Amino acid sequence: MLFTSYSFIIFILYYTIPKGLQWVLLLAASYLFYSLMSIKFLFYILFTTITTYFIGIKIGELHNIHSNYLADHKASLSREEKKSYRAFMKSRLWKWLLVCLLLNFGLLVIAKYTNFTIENINGILELIGSSKRLTFWNIALPMGISFYTFKTMSYIIDVYRGKYPPEKNIFKFALFVSYFPQLIQGPISRFDDLSETLFTEHSFDRKNLNFGLQRIMWGFFKKLVIADRMLVAVNTIIRDPEAYQGIFVFLGMLFYTYQLYADFTGGIDITIGISEVLGIKVRENFERPYFSKSITEFWRRWHITMGTWFKDYLFYPLSVWKPMLNFAKFSRNKFGNNFGKKLPVYLTTLIVWFTTGLWHGANWNFIAWGLTNGIVIIISLECKPFYNWFHNKFKVGGTFGFRLFQIIRTTLLMSAIRLFDLYRDVPMTLRMFGTIFTKPNIHMLFNGSLANLGLSLSDYFILLLGFVVLLIVSLVQRTGSVRGKIAESNMVVGYALNYALIIAILIFGAYGIGYDANQFIYNQF
Amino acid sequence: MKKKRLAISLLVGCLLLANLFFLQKLLMPKHVFGTLEGSLVEDYYKVEKNNDVIFIGDCEVYENFSPITLWEEYGITSYIRGSAQQLIWQSYYLLEETLKYEKPEIVVFNVLAMMYNEPQKEAYNRMSLDGMKFSLTKIKSIMASMTEEENLIEYIFPLLRYHSRWNELKSEDFKYIFKKKDMFHNGYYMRADIKPAGNIPKGKKLPNYEFGERAYYYLDKMVELTKKNDIDLVLVKAPSLYPYWYDEWDEQIREYAKAKDLKYINYLELIDEVGIDFNEDTYDGGLHLNVYGAEKLARHFGGYLKEHFNLKDRRQDKELKKQWGKKVDFYYSMKEEQVKELEEFGYLKSIFGDKQNN
Amino acid sequence: METLLEILQELHEDIDFETHERLVDDKVLDSFDIITLVTEINEEFDIAIPAEEIIPENFNSAKALYAMIERLSDY
Repeated sequence: MLFTSYSFIIFILYYTIPKGLQWVLLLAASYLFYSLMSIKFLFYILFTTITTYFIGIKIGELHNIHSNYLADHKASLSREEKKSYRAFMKSRLWKWLLVCLLLNFGLLVIAKYTNFTIENINGILELIGSSKRLTFWNIALPMGISFYTFKTMSYIIDVYRGKYPPEKNIFKFALFVSYFPQLIQGPISRFDDLSETLFTEHSFDRKNLNFGLQRIMWGFFKKLVIADRMLVAVNTIIRDPEAYQGIFVFLGMLFYTYQLYADFTGGIDITIGISEVLGIKVRENFERPYFSKSITEFWRRWHITMGTWFKDYLFYPLSVWKPMLNFAKFSRNKFGNNFGKKLPVYLTTLIVWFTTGLWHGANWNFIAWGLTNGIVIIISLECKPFYNWFHNKFKVGGTFGFRLFQIIRTTLLMSAIRLFDLYRDVPMTLRMFGTIFTKPNIHMLFNGSLANLGLSLSDYFILLLGFVVLLIVSLVQRTGSVRGKIAESNMVVGYALNYALIIAILIFGAYGIGYDANQFIYNQF
Repeated sequence: MKKKRLAISLLVGCLLLANLFFLQKLLMPKHVFGTLEGSLVEDYYKVEKNNDVIFIGDCEVYENFSPITLWEEYGITSYIRGSAQQLIWQSYYLLEETLKYEKPEIVVFNVLAMMYNEPQKEAYNRMSLDGMKFSLTKIKSIMASMTEEENLIEYIFPLLRYHSRWNELKSEDFKYIFKKKDMFHNGYYMRADIKPAGNIPKGKKLPNYEFGERAYYYLDKMVELTKKNDIDLVLVKAPSLYPYWYDEWDEQIREYAKAKDLKYINYLELIDEVGIDFNEDTYDGGLHLNVYGAEKLARHFGGYLKEHFNLKDRRQDKELKKQWGKKVDFYYSMKEEQVKELEEFGYLKSIFGDKQNN
Repeated sequence: METLLEILQELHEDIDFETHERLVDDKVLDSFDIITLVTEINEEFDIAIPAEEIIPENFNSAKALYAMIERLSDY
């Protein structure tokens, strides 16, 4: 319930005040929302907003000087002169970009990773037998800092690349950084995309309201009815690794996959739904990820805005970076055309996944999680010839059965890797994963232990029902918007479905006293 | 077309609201077995509002004084607006609400609640507040009572609090969805069982005996409210042996009563005079009186009220005679029933259902 | 153009690159293909494709790719 109770008042104000002020209201609401969580957080977000705004303006000016100069001297300059002028300007632009990146990623690193670094230094000190220890730094990690920093840095890089001119109005820019529905858990929008509807005037629209509210309710259904209920069992399993091994690790892994899916996609549904009511388009962050047939496909369909961020701003730049290109040459000469060609790509992949892991949290388990993802992707790339051979030989690729096999395989793989995230401790994760095979104890599924996970039979029933509902919705969604279909269908059906959704949330939601698992899991990333 | 759409939307909206209201009623705990205390507050709305005396307070009123005895012996009409661990602000607001319905001659407040200066327990809050009809007074009482984990919205729409009971619904939830059975005698909760008091230990030393500021604030308000309405406020401390009533506390109340010109009786000092025998007259070892004790206490207290205040004997009033005749019948039939149950099953089946420790 | 098509064909034998216009949008080319492509083009045409040019619009068809190569060689 982090932001909906609050959003309701905003909705009403939004459509009653003069339209020109709508974005101002959103700015005020965003800052109020953020400062309500902690007034200290304002310092961080203001720092990022102000530095990026001014450097963006500066870079924009340099771009103008650059293109004006070239236009003015088009005739008089030789090709070589043009080239050297470009290089000169590029280096000036680059310096400003670098300052901005260092300041803001620097702040993120200091806030988020100082204690992690200290912990590791202390570990090394212990290893070398020193009795010296650094003391931890007591700092409140601002909510959503990873999300808005990434959002803002994509802006400055795009401005640097000349994709669009910088935003002139600092308040509008501040709204882009702080827009409250996506402040805490994304999606990581791009400036050119979000600004199309963020600052424009919106008149009240029945369809937007209708669709937006449905989307919000759908999000709450996923979060309250499914995720917060499932969480109880997941926590029971991971908090007692001695008692819950083997088949329970496997169950916990599946439960967590289910819970995280419902929680994260539900949260994004709410964000997008609120925006929809406000007439603002926020890019989708998921595309039925668990229908993916491979892990690379999964990562194109899960947390899309993060994946494309890393692709556009880390993977590609790193790949075409001079030293990396030189390494590519060296590697091809040294290791031949086949492996030598792939080596730099693999290296880049691992760097990207290391960073992705680190972005998720300041802990080795996240790094292990990220690297494992990278390694699995590389292995699957290496296996491509085998797959090709297999498909040529058996011709099962298109059959439903085989696709289902691929989907289940991908799901299991992703769930297993996520054990790192679940146990938050690398050796423990490996040990627990091992117990799935060494002591599966499948009989424990039938001796009543399931009833001790904090869920009653009726809870399991609801979770199963929820799964079926989610599955049906996803299946329907493949051929277009579910809400569009509801709107086109019989009015009675539409009302009945919405009616059922409201009742289901209110009655079966795992909220209120007795359930305190209401915080978004993805909160501090 | 547009009109038709609007009409349908409106209809569906109403239907949804009606449905939610129904579900809310269904899901709210009924308190008709075991925790009957939870039904006390709403019981008031069922009775005639023509009482001479209104009791407010916690279990030390609703289990210790019998209004039926006051009627039978002295012709005093009375009602007990008690509830489990009723905190003083809840007492105050219940009084405020009661005064909207009727104007008694005397209000009796049991002072044990002075020991609490802060909201205590969510469940008890619920039992004291859920039964109140919706009003500004109720909101004020809620605001004063909430513990940190609670929200106003969950009181206004109790569905939000009790929704998870959907898988614990019992037949009684359906049976008593809109109307509960009669369980009380003008706010008195009858118990005919007996469990003698053992040795009650002396209270532990407290770091501070001074009643809290908030408690005094509401006591002051209560004094003002009764003064303004020309009602006499009487402070009592019921003869319950536990929770321990400290001399230091007693001293404060005594001084307060003196300063405000109020009557105060500490029944702990009058146990022998009232004739309470803690081997016979309590059902839980001295915390609360059973029906035999409550009758004795009412007999004494009625005499006290007669002596100090100008209360009419209303037994000759025809209308009242009829009303109270029914109450008296119900009272004795329940008492008889309870005695029978105790003989037959060894416990009060009508309260605790089929299993004793339900 | 011929060289470019050769490079593309080597990547995916079964695609008709001359007519396909949604290579990225239809997920024919994934990010690994794109990197391979960039490296090979850089070598063959002696240019340096910068990261900001790696956008779907430039990689959706052979024609678009070629236009980008020409533009960059002009620099």
